[in-house]
Amino acid sequence: MAGVAGGNDFQWCFSQVKGAIDEDVAEADIISTVEFNYSGDLLATGDKGGRVVIFQHEQESKNRPHLRGEYNVYSTFQSHEPEFDYLKSLEIEEKINKIRWLPQQNAAHFLLSTNDKTIKLWKISERDKRAEGYNLKDEDGRIRDPYRITSLRVPVLMPMDLMVEASPRRIFANAHTYHINSISVNSDHETYLSADDLRINLWHLEITDRSFNIVDIKPANMEELTEVITAAECHPHQCNVFVYSSSKGTIRLCDMRAAALCDRHSKFFEEPEDPSSRSFFSEIISSISDVKFSHSGRYMMTRDYLSVKVWDLNMENRPVETYQVHEYLRSKLCSLYENDCIFDKFECCWNGSDSAIMTGSYNNFFRMFDRNTRRDITLEASRESSKPRATLKPRKVSTGGKRKKDEISVDSLDFNKKILHTAWHPKDNVIAVAATNNLYIFQDKIN
Amino acid sequence: MEVDRRAMECAVDAQSLISISLMKIHNSRTQRGGIKLHKNLLVSYVLRNARQVYIKEKYAEIYRMQQYEEVMAVCNEIQELDPLDLGAEDGDEEEQGRAACCGEESRPAGSREPEQPYYRSCCMEAPPGSPCDQFAPNGGGGGGSHCNKTTVLDLDTHVVTTVENGFLHQDCCCAAPQCAPGAAARKRKVDSGGCAPDAEEPSDFTAARKRLKREDCSNPDCNPDYTDTSNISNLISIFGSGFSGLLSRQADLEQVCSKQALASLGAWTRAIVAF
Repeated sequence: MAGVAGGNDFQWCFSQVKGAIDEDVAEADIISTVEFNYSGDLLATGDKGGRVVIFQHEQESKNRPHLRGEYNVYSTFQSHEPEFDYLKSLEIEEKINKIRWLPQQNAAHFLLSTNDKTIKLWKISERDKRAEGYNLKDEDGRIRDPYRITSLRVPVLMPMDLMVEASPRRIFANAHTYHINSISVNSDHETYLSADDLRINLWHLEITDRSFNIVDIKPANMEELTEVITAAECHPHQCNVFVYSSSKGTIRLCDMRAAALCDRHSKFFEEPEDPSSRSFFSEIISSISDVKFSHSGRYMMTRDYLSVKVWDLNMENRPVETYQVHEYLRSKLCSLYENDCIFDKFECCWNGSDSAIMTGSYNNFFRMFDRNTRRDITLEASRESSKPRATLKPRKVSTGGKRKKDEISVDSLDFNKKILHTAWHPKDNVIAVAATNNLYIFQDKIN
Repeated sequence: MEVDRRAMECAVDAQSLISISLMKIHNSRTQRGGIKLHKNLLVSYVLRNARQVYIKEKYAEIYRMQQYEEVMAVCNEIQELDPLDLGAEDGDEEEQGRAACCGEESRPAGSREPEQPYYRSCCMEAPPGSPCDQFAPNGGGGGGSHCNKTTVLDLDTHVVTTVENGFLHQDCCCAAPQCAPGAAARKRKVDSGGCAPDAEEPSDFTAARKRLKREDCSNPDCNPDYTDTSNISNLISIFGSGFSGLLSRQADLEQVCSKQALASLGAWTRAIVAF
């Protein structure tokens, strides 16, 4: 698979954009999660209104083989509704925090979607045939008078317009006191884990009325609370291994074979803090917002406010690679604290071959880092550069005094336009970038 | 780890950070979806860091003041010995002035009474979110869109306070199991201690500073009996009384905050005064 940056290698170009154009963004339409399925054929998005929209990749047309196929809407359904917890007088948001696909085992597709409290297993299936010629009822569905039935016939399956149905097959509820931040399907395809601020539970996909609590970091006295769980993920190949990150910038790797309760970690990843960079906001910017294993399972990547780090699972004392996403924000932390942007949780993702990583930033910028060439590129998801197959121009933020042409100064950045969620196709160079209420799909230019 | 002011990249003052942080904690109680534990924990870290810097600066200021006073005292002594000095009366007045100053010095941190409860009883590592899960109903009025009512339970006074469109209502409530009566008593003890400092305060500044250091630790082990520090209202009331900077910022807040938030804050300062 090709690399990341421009030049001779490779260029990213616009493919599609989904979502409303007008400036007034409805809160419910803000995309809160994006995820390709295992084959990359399906792309799911969840939004703050609790809806899930699934796009399907259309086959390339034989007429124009130089174009990849497009992603078109396949299914839309309301996954979660707002709820009210009467005991605590709290409203439970319907916002979809995470979607994770299950590996496909038959014609139907399954995904897990979660809000703050409840996880649901959805089955998405196609129906393109309909039985006709029933004996006991009319074509309209009305029951026929039995005395009128004088002959028997066998119903015949007739083709019909494709209908995609989504139905909730399992509802995993009442297992989390705190807000769920992650779900992750295990490589055994039978179990999955869900993590909230203080606990991680292990579920069986078939069983909804109980789950195992495998990590509990809630202190006996809540006054002693110093950190929370921010993300968790199962290892892609070893079904007994998972990791979870904390608000203190540490990652713990746990082995479920070691004990039923994985409060004691097997490995502890932490980079010592640089004392010269200490500030009021050191704790906030070191909090990890996302952790992702590489496809190989050898590395993992963590995202904190200003950087992305790649860790070798065999080395706990420091990451093997560190990439600065937007270091120019370090001097603006105070204003970012005032306007709450410092609490934004950016995600990160690997490409299919683990040679490149991608994460989002502000002003609808997103960044890609090529791990081999050490080149990085900043691109923008904007309507202006949304002409079909238009090549994306690299963007640059000017950090020094003099601003060059085409550069944008830090103070001109729009902090309301943030790219928190991105996804990379598991096999091809196709990426999905969520910019508030719009979903951009970019692909490489096929030469 | 101590926060080194010099290492700070942004020119922000600790007091404004503290007020901003308290507002965030306060607003989080009425946010849709319930209190976000992670965000409040991070805000409490900023509060702790800002407080460390504020205390350090206060110490430095007091130390400078004390040094200045000592220098002035020495100068005055020298002047008294000077035969050209015009009157013993002036010397007496200055001596009295010096005594007054020394008396003030024996109180910690700026000799303002309202600040004492802060230095005695505040335990910074309290996570703001925790008991509120169980005890403080928030966002009254159902739904997140139009909150014209904020209801908070003050675990110290066992009082439920409802601020509705700027009007303050207070109801009695049954004691929640987590409320330690000892804590309420302790708070009153602190106040009485504040009113009569001479009884409890050592006369020299060093001893007072040592006591401050002992009580001013963020380790929960330092206050084993004090179980209610995790109450947000407590935190706000402590800071409200402990920082003149916060009180003086009412004018700024009026421009910045919504009426409702301001009314709620006003409720807290009234509660402090009454308490």
